[in-house]
Amino acid sequence: MFELLIQNPFLGALVALAGLALIFGAILGYAAVQFKVEGDPIVDQLDNLLPQTQCGQCSFPGCRPYAEAIANGDAINKCPPGGQGTINAIADLLDVEAPTLDEEHGEETEVKTVAYIREDECIGCTKCIQACPMDAILGAAKQMHTVIADECTGCDLCVEPCPVDCIDMLPVESTLGDWKWDKPPASHDAITLKLIATDASTLAGKDSEQNGEAA
Amino acid sequence: MIKVWNLPGGIHPAENKAQSMQAPLGSISLPSEMVHPLGQHIGAPAEPTVAVGDKVLAGQLIASAKGFISANIHASTSGVVSAIEERPIVHPSGMDAPCIIITPDGLDQSIVFERSADYLALERDALLEKIRNAGITGMGGAGFPTSVKLNPRDAINTLIINGTECEPYITADDMLMQTRADDVVKGIELLAHLLGNPERVVIGIEDNKPDAIKAMQTAAQGSSVEVTSFPTKYPSGGEKQLIYILTGKEVPSGQLPGSIGIVLQNVGTTVAALEAVRDGKPLFERITTVVGEALGSQRNILVKLGTPIRHVLEQHAFDERKASRLIAGGPMMGFALESSDAPIVKSSNCILAPSQQELSDPPPAQACIRCGMCAEACPASLLPQQMYWYTLAEDYDKLDAHNLRDCIECGACSFVCPSNIPLVQYFRAGKGAMRQIAVEKEKSDRSRQRFEFRQERIVKAEAEKEAKRAARKLAAEAAKKKLAAAKAAGESKETPTASADPVATAMANAKAKTLSPAEQQAKLERALSSASSRVEKARASVATSEGDKQQRFEANLKQAELKQQEAQQKLDELKAAPVNSAPAVVDENDPVAAAIARAKAKMDMDPREKLASNIESLNKRLAKSEDKLAQAKSDGGNTVEALQTGLDKLKEKIATAEKELGELPAATARIPAAPAELDAASAAIERAKAKAAASASMSPEEKLKDQLTSMTGRIDKAQSKLAKAKSEGSDTADAMQLGVDKMLAKREKLRGELAAINPAALSELDATASAATKETAPLEQSVASVVEQNPEPVMEKGAAPVAPKDAATLAIEKAKAKAAASASMSPEEKLRDQLASMEKRLDKAQQRLEKATAEGDANVDAFRSAAEKLEGKLAATRSELEALS
Repeated sequence: MFELLIQNPFLGALVALAGLALIFGAILGYAAVQFKVEGDPIVDQLDNLLPQTQCGQCSFPGCRPYAEAIANGDAINKCPPGGQGTINAIADLLDVEAPTLDEEHGEETEVKTVAYIREDECIGCTKCIQACPMDAILGAAKQMHTVIADECTGCDLCVEPCPVDCIDMLPVESTLGDWKWDKPPASHDAITLKLIATDASTLAGKDSEQNGEAA
Repeated sequence: MIKVWNLPGGIHPAENKAQSMQAPLGSISLPSEMVHPLGQHIGAPAEPTVAVGDKVLAGQLIASAKGFISANIHASTSGVVSAIEERPIVHPSGMDAPCIIITPDGLDQSIVFERSADYLALERDALLEKIRNAGITGMGGAGFPTSVKLNPRDAINTLIINGTECEPYITADDMLMQTRADDVVKGIELLAHLLGNPERVVIGIEDNKPDAIKAMQTAAQGSSVEVTSFPTKYPSGGEKQLIYILTGKEVPSGQLPGSIGIVLQNVGTTVAALEAVRDGKPLFERITTVVGEALGSQRNILVKLGTPIRHVLEQHAFDERKASRLIAGGPMMGFALESSDAPIVKSSNCILAPSQQELSDPPPAQACIRCGMCAEACPASLLPQQMYWYTLAEDYDKLDAHNLRDCIECGACSFVCPSNIPLVQYFRAGKGAMRQIAVEKEKSDRSRQRFEFRQERIVKAEAEKEAKRAARKLAAEAAKKKLAAAKAAGESKETPTASADPVATAMANAKAKTLSPAEQQAKLERALSSASSRVEKARASVATSEGDKQQRFEANLKQAELKQQEAQQKLDELKAAPVNSAPAVVDENDPVAAAIARAKAKMDMDPREKLASNIESLNKRLAKSEDKLAQAKSDGGNTVEALQTGLDKLKEKIATAEKELGELPAATARIPAAPAELDAASAAIERAKAKAAASASMSPEEKLKDQLTSMTGRIDKAQSKLAKAKSEGSDTADAMQLGVDKMLAKREKLRGELAAINPAALSELDATASAATKETAPLEQSVASVVEQNPEPVMEKGAAPVAPKDAATLAIEKAKAKAAASASMSPEEKLRDQLASMEKRLDKAQQRLEKATAEGDANVDAFRSAAEKLEGKLAATRSELEALS
């Protein structure tokens, strides 16, 4: 057999190629079964980028449906809660040009809001509870309802069904816990800067480099 | 000599430490109020344990730690809790936070401290508890609870005490080490004891504090504490930087020093821990540097926590006009204060009040020239210029990749930047944004989870509902089946009797059918009476009410009246119904009889009545379309023309119908004849009864003969119709052909049966067949007219106890009896009368047909078939008449 292959280089090459094809085919086949990706991974990635407010402003019933729609070629600029940041992130992921937010679906607001129920006006109709995609409203029929502010995404969906209009969207107040430094203003207006560390000019002592050696 | 490592990067700003070291450690008078923020440490804010109006002493607990990472807060002087409210605190945001306000009584009494001389003999946990109770936090700046830091999870091999104090201006630790070197060493020994006496205990001091080094070296003699000095360089005092300088080890990114077996404490914290354990004194005062050219005097003071900075400044002759700003902390890492009302807290190591000359406003920033000096200066070996661009672009993934998290915000990069770009400011913002993104990410993940759970729950609930619905449906079907089975069982019980006595069954059926209309009538009458009473009520309430209520009542009244009318109408219909329903009762099952019944039903309706009802419905339609037209006109719709033509057509139809009705009186002529006929009919019925009795004993041969005869007649008729349909090319021809074929097959079958019984009878029958059909057709009609005049006898006949076995035979017998009866009267006259009226009807029918064809009416087919039928009947009557005469 081996002799035969040695003597017929063409046949040998053919057998070798066929053998290789079989081996790699088997490996690929195994990989296809073993490492099969369930679902569309791009949908998960898109869903991760969306803000999960489930507000439906994109006209899809929730963030994941919109992620699926994007994966199927829908416009990526329909998410006002996410704003330009989300659009940019999605554009980055899909490697497309980042459009500006489609104003038709709402405007991006800087201030985050949470729903607040004026509790003495609540009649206990449970309509807002049914509307809340987050299960963030507590209450029972003919009992006063209240919003779990930590779970509220500010999606607005509870405001419209309220028959007595006792739900307000209040801006989330910044607390010491979530306070963060602002970026310095672009104009570098020196007066407004409460900056200390840059005072090189007066701290002056830009001494010659003295690298401390082992003392 | 102990080896020290050289920190990468770093800068050498002017130290400015001499100003505050000229004067000895001082103290200041009591302020008018003390402000103790509840959150002056890392972790959860403490919870107040005092109420407004409580009298407190110095060292008394006023707020207790809430949670593991938190710290107690103690009053720093005696006085009264005057408020617990939001006050400005030392924070770059300048925000307010809850504070306990104490108005000092000036006595400055303190609680009795629980001293323990032999504190090293105490249990480790007891010591830690003492430190925790004393509310000690890191006093270098961050304010991390010390008891937590002294209780690491990892084994500790090195304890480092930070006496570096690298930031310009600040000399608080320097002063502490100079004045209380013994306590510092004792504190270090305590901490070493708490950490299980690590192999190496070292205090690192920059070489710009020779007095402190000297004092420490003196104090540390005979102890295991190494006193190490190293070249001054900012920021050597950073935790990770000092660890590197003293050990050459780097703390991995994102981890605590404990992970490499090192704990680092500030000298101030060390002394506070010692005081807490040895003297039982909680942390309520500290050394703070008060410095700056805007002050009359610059020095270090031992200040009670909670003292408003304003008071501290007043005590040092603060000149507000000279000051460029007010800084908490040093010039590199501190921040400007918005309000001097904020108090001194545990981590306040310096109050800096520089003059304009000392710390002028930063010059405007220029573009980054990519010189790379920031990267050289960065003590954390980061790439500030890159991070600067990514912060500008808000590319947080890239910032993460460039380890922005490891930035210690020392400000070295900003300090060296030739373009004066406030780099550290960008990095603080970037770090904040990343933190926020992480928080939002966490929240959005939780939201997603909640949303998905909700969706799942809704789907589950739907599925459950669906399952319940399906179950109910199944149950209903099962119940139906059961019922059907029960019925079947009941019927099967009955069937034997029924088969034994079909007559009785037929009777029962007939009775049931005749009974139900009566029941219906009763029901309708009840409905009518209730509707009437409602109308009465509504009228009464309309009369008594007023205003818009009246309108509502009137609407109610209208509704009630409508209902009443409806009920009345239904009742009327039902009363008329027996006429129609009765004949139908008579015969079913047999197709022949059914056909006869159909024909009867059609003839039952007096043409006059038909026309009248036609006119009525036409009038209704007219009214409706007039309404529509009016509406369309008012709306200006484009359907007006179409509606107008429709209306015209309707009007035309009504006119013709009325004309027809007017021409009809001839038909009414029959009515006077009815009584006579009635008598005849009853006589006929009597005879039929007799005949029926006889027919019970009739041989099957005769029965078959009868059936065959009628079948032949029907076939003839059907064939003639078929021929006509074919010639006219009607699309019903196919269906007719099918019917004829079926009938032929049936006849063959009947013939076969008859031949089996009596072959001779067949030929005899064939001969009489045509005559028989001719006879039966008009007879049917006369029977029908009798039935129409007087339904009662027919019903009686249907329910007659002597009802024949075969319904078809009954019908034929009936017809024969009738024929005989009419013959005994004046057959010729009667036939002529019929003939005349038929001719008239035929004329009219043909007219209608022509009109319908001309107008393209949808009912053309119906008209045509009616006309054809009339023609057939007319011909039959004529031949009969001829036969008679």
